Amino acid sequence: MTSGASTDTAAATPQRIGIPREIFPGEKRVATVPDVVTKLAKLGFGVVVEAGAGEQADLSDDAYREAGASIAGSAAELWASADIVFKVRPPTTDEVALMRPGQTLIGFVWPAQNPDLMQQLAAQKVTVLAIDCLPRTLSRAQKMDALTSMAGVSGYRAVVEAANAFGRFFNGQITAAGKVPPAKVFIAGAGVAGLAAIGAAASLGAIVRANDTRAEVADQVVSLGGEFVKVDYEEEGSGGGGYAKVMSEGFQAAQREMYAQQAREVDIIITTALIPGKPAPKLITAEMVKSMKPGSVIVDMAAEQGGNCELTEPGKAVVKHGVTIVGYTDLASRMARQSSTLYGTNLFRLTEELCKTKDGVINVNMGDDAIRGLTVIKDGEITWPAPPLAPAAPKPAAKPAAAAAEKKGGHGHGSSGPLPAKTLAIVFGLGALAFWAIGTYAPAAFLGHFTVFVLACFIGYMVVWNVTPALHTPLMSVTNAISSIIVIGALVQILPPEAGTNGRPDGLIHWMAFAGIVLTAINMFGGFAVTRRMLDMFRK
Amino acid sequence: MSSSLATVAYLGAAILFILSLGGLSNPETSRRGNLYGVIGMTLAVLATIFGPRVAAAGVPWIIGALVIGGSIGLYAAKTVKMTQMPELVALMHSLVGLAACLVGFASYVDTSIQYTGAEKAIHEVEIYVGILIGAVTFSGSLIAFGKLNGKIGGKPLLLPARHWLNLIALLVVIWFGGEFVRAESVADGMTPLIIMTVLALLFGIHMVMAIGGADMPVVVSMLNSYSGWAAAATGFMLGNDLLIVTGALVGSSGAILSYIMCNAMNRNFISVIAGGFGGGAPAAPKADGAAAEPQGEVVPVAAAETAELLRDAKSVIIVPGYGMAVAQAQHTVNEIVKTLREKGVTVRFGIHPVAGRMPGHMNVLLAEAKVPYDIVLEMDEINDDFPDTDVAMVIGANDIVNPAAQDDPTSPIAGMPVLEVWKARTSIVMKRSMASGYAGVDNPLFYKDNNRMLFGDAKKMLDEVLVALKG
Repeated sequence: MTSGASTDTAAATPQRIGIPREIFPGEKRVATVPDVVTKLAKLGFGVVVEAGAGEQADLSDDAYREAGASIAGSAAELWASADIVFKVRPPTTDEVALMRPGQTLIGFVWPAQNPDLMQQLAAQKVTVLAIDCLPRTLSRAQKMDALTSMAGVSGYRAVVEAANAFGRFFNGQITAAGKVPPAKVFIAGAGVAGLAAIGAAASLGAIVRANDTRAEVADQVVSLGGEFVKVDYEEEGSGGGGYAKVMSEGFQAAQREMYAQQAREVDIIITTALIPGKPAPKLITAEMVKSMKPGSVIVDMAAEQGGNCELTEPGKAVVKHGVTIVGYTDLASRMARQSSTLYGTNLFRLTEELCKTKDGVINVNMGDDAIRGLTVIKDGEITWPAPPLAPAAPKPAAKPAAAAAEKKGGHGHGSSGPLPAKTLAIVFGLGALAFWAIGTYAPAAFLGHFTVFVLACFIGYMVVWNVTPALHTPLMSVTNAISSIIVIGALVQILPPEAGTNGRPDGLIHWMAFAGIVLTAINMFGGFAVTRRMLDMFRK
Repeated sequence: MSSSLATVAYLGAAILFILSLGGLSNPETSRRGNLYGVIGMTLAVLATIFGPRVAAAGVPWIIGALVIGGSIGLYAAKTVKMTQMPELVALMHSLVGLAACLVGFASYVDTSIQYTGAEKAIHEVEIYVGILIGAVTFSGSLIAFGKLNGKIGGKPLLLPARHWLNLIALLVVIWFGGEFVRAESVADGMTPLIIMTVLALLFGIHMVMAIGGADMPVVVSMLNSYSGWAAAATGFMLGNDLLIVTGALVGSSGAILSYIMCNAMNRNFISVIAGGFGGGAPAAPKADGAAAEPQGEVVPVAAAETAELLRDAKSVIIVPGYGMAVAQAQHTVNEIVKTLREKGVTVRFGIHPVAGRMPGHMNVLLAEAKVPYDIVLEMDEINDDFPDTDVAMVIGANDIVNPAAQDDPTSPIAGMPVLEVWKARTSIVMKRSMASGYAGVDNPLFYKDNNRMLFGDAKKMLDEVLVALKG
């Protein structure tokens, strides 16, 4: 268990992942769960868990042991024996002191908020991967996105907290004892947490409304059973990285107006509005709280960043003006088992990325966009913030879409809009020339047939464009059957009245025509019969 | 029956044929459309038999021939499997082509009607062109038939300097055309006519041999068009307006289908016909470059997990491809659809215009399996719905769901319209292996985070999924 020195040098021997007990007050989560331990072992890593690490999340030491982890008696022992440490909360000064050069720390760090911590970590010559610095725009990174999974848990829990504090049903009911109207829930901010809250509240049966400054999330809100409330003001609020940005004064006025109205109407407000690196926007004023019905509930998920409601007291649930205002900052931790499982899986996915060779040794590859973004300290050197990703993703996507839209026009009905005048002129010119040539040289009998031919082509063109694509195969088989009309050619040859005159080779023609009739008859009967068989299958 | 009466009967037949095609505009009226076609054909045949151009003694022969051919045709129509439809259609095209050749030759050796001057020249040009188209249709369709049922490999056969070969053949054909028209007697004209026929047959073979498997929808519809033009040319030759009208209808129908198919692959007609893939160099070397390598991991799933994903979904879109036809999996697909619909899952189908080996191939297979046609949608109808879909299941298709067509301008299939399955919450691709599709292009879809791969034979895998769904 005290093999710290040897693992330092030997890169080829499997590394050991340590899971300390979280010491932050009230933190119940743990950085990995027994199921994930098994998966980490498959990647070749050894896992050490501090005794009691999972206790608060209902995960016993025995469960970890069964999954293949060894148990370290104390924090000091754990930090000494691990090469890689998985944590949830940022390490405390004491924990940093336990670290040794060459060790790797993976967990939430919040480098922007914790500059002192960053200095301490750098001084210890360690490598730190801050899961909160993951470049979220990379689709590849989704599986490691712990912010998202934690936000999802928090959103769900926010609804549970609201239901707990709210004295009525969420769903409307008609009972023998009278009719109960459904609760109305308003959710401010439709990020991951907001969407999870919308889904949870809607599935409890409440009427859910939601708003977000990013208009593009409206569809997602509706898809989860919510109703999107628009602010009556034109402005786009996407700020990059999946967050919203600060909006203009005019917009904010219109937004306040909308919030005030919602506050008067709804029973429950859940706020999730965050802007990175800034205090949470104050969306719900004391006035609005006063205007709410007594017994209403506000769950302020932004409490840690100061709260979206003016009256929020972070970490507490308080009653003001008859409204319960829940300002818990540990919503995810309140569902410790669930959030630990998700968080553990996120870290496992990250480990997979770090250890592509599956030999139990991580490789912090700074050439990889996702890993570069995560790595805030590399061997004692602060590498945060990472250079911004080239914003390549959204742009090329837009162009093909537009091109596709242009193309679409051509599909349903023949021409895709009028041809350019020049092309049209050339086509008509060539046509006129061809007609002139035919008119000059061809005999009258031919012209009659030619007229019929050209008109028939046009009729065919018009008729066939109306055929539904689903019936293209029957169309082919029926046209195929119809083209056996060529039988007429053979019919008139087999024994015409002129037979025997003018040295006509009757025998030869007779047999050729006979063969022609047989061939076309196959086509004729077969074609119509198979078309019929196919069409009979098309049913509603 | 007088000549005028026969002409009027022909007119009626032509109208019925037009109504027949018009009836196909929707499945409700399509059965009646087919019936119009049958009536029109009967009318035309009867009018000819009892018309002035057939002597009474010929009738027994005609009936004999119709009975022989008819019974073969009916037998084939009854026994053909729906997955073999493209082959059957190709084979039937070849019959039309051969019949056109026979009629052309018979007409040429027929000395009972004498033409002179410009009329003779035109008549002979008509014969020449009619036989030319007929022969190309005949040999081309036979090769297409062979390719479709696997007797001939699907790989394009690319002769060196093939475009030049074709051009030379064309020039030779034109030159012999001149010789043929100039020929004084039937015997003199026969040599250029036969040489031309042989060249046309070779040209038909060469043309279709150079076309790869996935371009087959274009070829089949093009040959459909040719068989129509062959009939029209025969009509000119015999001075018969009904043949001309019908030929023109069929010809333009096939041409439009070819156009639609080419559009659906974002290829131009010439390059498909010219053979190989695209006009430029083969795309294969590009796939080796590290830059083109898609990033990410392929996540395989088992049938049980697939069933779970499907069961938990609210809306599912199934995208079938040629692989479903090969594995004959359409009935299992229908069973899965039924089971899911009973569980309240919205299931729809998204059909790419070139899915399968002939236009509308997938629709017919699904119809055979009794999938209701109102949940089978076209690409344009369904493409916007993928973002709201929980699971998109791709069965044996590859290029038609390749996001590279939109994202990667250097891809050989760039710009081809595709079904945007990757926008669904989860996509499941059912495939025998990681091998690339017809276009030889790697498919970045397989590497996307929300994509799962279900490896194995489509039928077998779907059976397992069905068992898991019901269990």
